[in-house]
Amino acid sequence: MILPADLRLRLAAAFVAVALVSQLSGLAPALCAAALALTLFALDRQALPWRRLLHLEAFLLLLFLTLPFTIEGRAVVSLGPLSASAEGLARAAVLAGKVTASVLLIALLIGGQEPLHLGRALAGLGLPEPLVRLFVTTARYVGVIGAEARRLHDAMRARGFRARSNLHTWRSYGYLVGMLLVRALERADRVEDAMRLRGFTGRYPRAPLPAPARADWAGAALITGAAALILVWDKL
Amino acid sequence: MPRARETEPVHIPDGILSAPVLIGGAALAAAGVTLALRRIDERAIPRVAMLAAVFFAGSLVSVPVGPSSVHLVFSGLMGLMLGLGIFPAVLVGLALQAVMFGFGGLTTLGINTLNIALPGALIGLALGPMIRTAASPARAALLGGVAGAATVIASGLLVALSLWLSSAEYGLVAQVLLVTYLPLALAEGAVSAAVVAFLARVQPEALAPRLAAGPE
Repeated sequence: MILPADLRLRLAAAFVAVALVSQLSGLAPALCAAALALTLFALDRQALPWRRLLHLEAFLLLLFLTLPFTIEGRAVVSLGPLSASAEGLARAAVLAGKVTASVLLIALLIGGQEPLHLGRALAGLGLPEPLVRLFVTTARYVGVIGAEARRLHDAMRARGFRARSNLHTWRSYGYLVGMLLVRALERADRVEDAMRLRGFTGRYPRAPLPAPARADWAGAALITGAAALILVWDKL
Repeated sequence: MPRARETEPVHIPDGILSAPVLIGGAALAAAGVTLALRRIDERAIPRVAMLAAVFFAGSLVSVPVGPSSVHLVFSGLMGLMLGLGIFPAVLVGLALQAVMFGFGGLTTLGINTLNIALPGALIGLALGPMIRTAASPARAALLGGVAGAATVIASGLLVALSLWLSSAEYGLVAQVLLVTYLPLALAEGAVSAAVVAFLARVQPEALAPRLAAGPE
């Protein structure tokens, strides 16, 4: 496939492409970027990440509702003293195109990757070792603590707790989080003890990753190159 | 447990902000993270990770406020319990959210980290000593509630500032967004107060950052 298999190149390509796309200002280039990202999805035969796209909808809706009124120009609709401008609508469409393209690129290139593999790739890209370890460890504990949070939440519900908008609910959630924190700190002490017992000094041995294949370089170059070309077209 | 579905007003997606704001935010966030990593002993990383994981899991719970519901940020508590460690903890949380759910963004990781972590670190620094030496758990809870609400409001102001600095066109959006922070601040304050009350009674030493090596 076109997408690089090497995770380091995927991360780098995603970052560069999204950074380039985020600087577009014309309507045609922005929509073209979104269309290209959609094409990549189709080529890779992945299902569209609807949840991710819908999640942005509220923010974009806000832009579509406000920008036509804050940007002056040819009036399209008038609401009393307010008038929506065509320029404002176009501007909102540009942003929608860029945001959609970025979300699709991220989902395509790094969505659903194993945090452990991502950590290795991030270390390979030169991220500080403690930060990588924090990322990998947190990802691991999110599963453990998420399960504990669900257990406590289920126990609350079993005793008749229903989340409503009142002080009792907020206090109960506060105690839930407090309990999670106390248990987490105990667990962290146990983990630290166990690791020191086994001679852990703060570093894991990590074998260097193999060099990316030529096809990976080509894929990454294709994606970033396309984004760069669109940006050049935009600025011409 | 319901997953995050509503828009997180704290996270600005890719494609909205201007390059100077993105680069400036990333540089300041990187400075905060570097400073924090120098303070955190390598062996204390499991503890920082564990706390970061609790706040991450906690932020997935949707808390009802009036007719809608919000996802808490816990930045006031993180500032209190992690000190400067809030910078890497927030960065890691945002990165995980981007990878796992696709929320937030890649180029905005820096500015989003800064907008959440900076108010948390500062308010933790300002109110932390008073909370730790409070005469009673109730008083500590009150201060904790103030810290939680104030941190979220400060984050809202920074998000509005990031939008406004990027383009004057976002002025109205920034104001509307700021209004959505009010219910969040209410819930954040109430829940943070309860967490602090709980910890002040059960394990008061948890209210101070412990970034050096060694279990108690």
